[in-house]
Amino acid sequence: MRGRAVLTGEHFMHGDHACTEGAIAAGCRFFAGYPITPSTEIAERIAQRLPEVGGVFIQMEDEIASILAIIGASAAGARAMSATSGPGFSLMMENIGLAVMMEIPIVIVDVQRGSPSTGLPTLPGQADVMQARWGSHGDYAIAAYAPWSPQEMFDLTVLAFNVADRFRIPVMVMSDEVVGHMVERVVIPPEEQIPRWERKRPTVPPENGFRPFLAEDDDLVPPLVHAGEGYRVHFTGLTHDERGYPDMSAETHHRLVTRLVEKVRRNADAMVRYEGYGLEDARIVVISYGCTARSARRAVAQARAAGIPAGLLRLISLWPFPEKPLRDLARQAEAFIVAEMNLGQMICEVERYVAQPVIGVNHAGGAMIPPAPILETIEEVANRGAHIGRRKASTG
Amino acid sequence: MRREIRIAGFGGQGVVLAGYILGKAFALYEGLEAVMTQSYGPEARGGASSSNVVISDEPIDYPFVLEPDVLIALSQEAYTRFRPTARADALLIIEEDLVTPLEGDRPLRVPATRLAEELGRRIVANIVTLGYFTAATGWLRRESVEKAIENTLPARVVPLNLNAFARGYEYALAGERVL
Repeated sequence: MRGRAVLTGEHFMHGDHACTEGAIAAGCRFFAGYPITPSTEIAERIAQRLPEVGGVFIQMEDEIASILAIIGASAAGARAMSATSGPGFSLMMENIGLAVMMEIPIVIVDVQRGSPSTGLPTLPGQADVMQARWGSHGDYAIAAYAPWSPQEMFDLTVLAFNVADRFRIPVMVMSDEVVGHMVERVVIPPEEQIPRWERKRPTVPPENGFRPFLAEDDDLVPPLVHAGEGYRVHFTGLTHDERGYPDMSAETHHRLVTRLVEKVRRNADAMVRYEGYGLEDARIVVISYGCTARSARRAVAQARAAGIPAGLLRLISLWPFPEKPLRDLARQAEAFIVAEMNLGQMICEVERYVAQPVIGVNHAGGAMIPPAPILETIEEVANRGAHIGRRKASTG
Repeated sequence: MRREIRIAGFGGQGVVLAGYILGKAFALYEGLEAVMTQSYGPEARGGASSSNVVISDEPIDYPFVLEPDVLIALSQEAYTRFRPTARADALLIIEEDLVTPLEGDRPLRVPATRLAEELGRRIVANIVTLGYFTAATGWLRRESVEKAIENTLPARVVPLNLNAFARGYEYALAGERVL
């Protein structure tokens, strides 16, 4: 061990590298992955960094093995992460459900590229955001964050570990190729200022009667027992009772799955993150996230300079979806515009919460949506009313 | 104030490193915002590759270079390919032994590879060019780039690169020509 875990200071840093440093600063000491563009630089750097701080990097045979390895490491007490892109993210889906069911905290970074399938390996996309929410079978809930800068690659990776540990859920960092491959200033705070939310741990000694999946607190999070501590615990993806033993009854199943979903709903305020620009007087509200939000902010600034009352709601957490600020904005806005590098995914979520017209600015991916098509949409809404339908974005 | 700088050459000339050091100098030592992006994928290998730096005195929303204010071309292919992307009145800096400018262009010329060879290593031609750019534009302080070099490269190659930077810087100040 010779490296510093927290590289406190100002850096001019690659987005993927900032993600790596966020993970290590958050205490991640286990990474298992199968390198894939455009997330490869995360694996590359963490393979160098983890041995310096006493951690373990394993290159696995595929992404199914990768997610299972980090679930195992986390169950043994490590903060553990994997990083991938679309094709690998798809392979991980089944066992996201396993982590949900066993309530094992894990962090998965998806640096999104053009998709479906192999798609555009070196070019950006934002079309995995619904997969992040619903990709595994069954009813469940997770958290997912969309960084728009290398700084947020650091900050949101730290947050992802904290949310995962505090609530015992998988958390995804839904980056994209633009943000992952961009180099920008990253400020890493002193070690003592890195936020740290701990796992809830058992307070009673290992003895007969301890029930590892009994959630007695209002937050519905049971204390987490680590493998090898002397507690006799059973982890399974099968429906299980509070003791962790398989129980194939409808009653137990309903109770368990309801708690797993309700756990995230009830604690959503602690997980939700968003940011507003010019929302105070906004009548036209643009909603965007990740790299596309950078163009959206520019378009909103240009619209405001031209006297159009536009504002931006930037989704930092995609899941849980920031529904409260959206409901508030629904009292003042005349129309919503959702700009995203897919053919209309988060727009469906927006439409659930507002009665106003919702117009999409969409592109299937491969190039970042520039400010112009977003500004043009704002202007059209301002000039002609909102009933102009979804438009295709030119990436110029 | 938003300015776009594109540094282009063939693979191996260090255009990505040059862009990184320049962006770092602006972002960390000049108090400006800076973003660097680079070409990725198979097209970046062999042929013309580029690194792109956007600087601004306010947060940079759109991170990509659209119409460079400055084009630094270290190879003919890079010049031919990227000249049309730059503004008509862009500041052009060319490696004068490797690039023949298009008719009508009045680029600044630096024999970066030759100057680097005089220092013993042609590999530092990219840093010679940075020195030239720094003096020719006056957009940032010499010390800022020097600090970025010191804080980026392995210690053993820092002196060579600082020499290369100084050589390009002084070449621009002297307005000299190597015959």
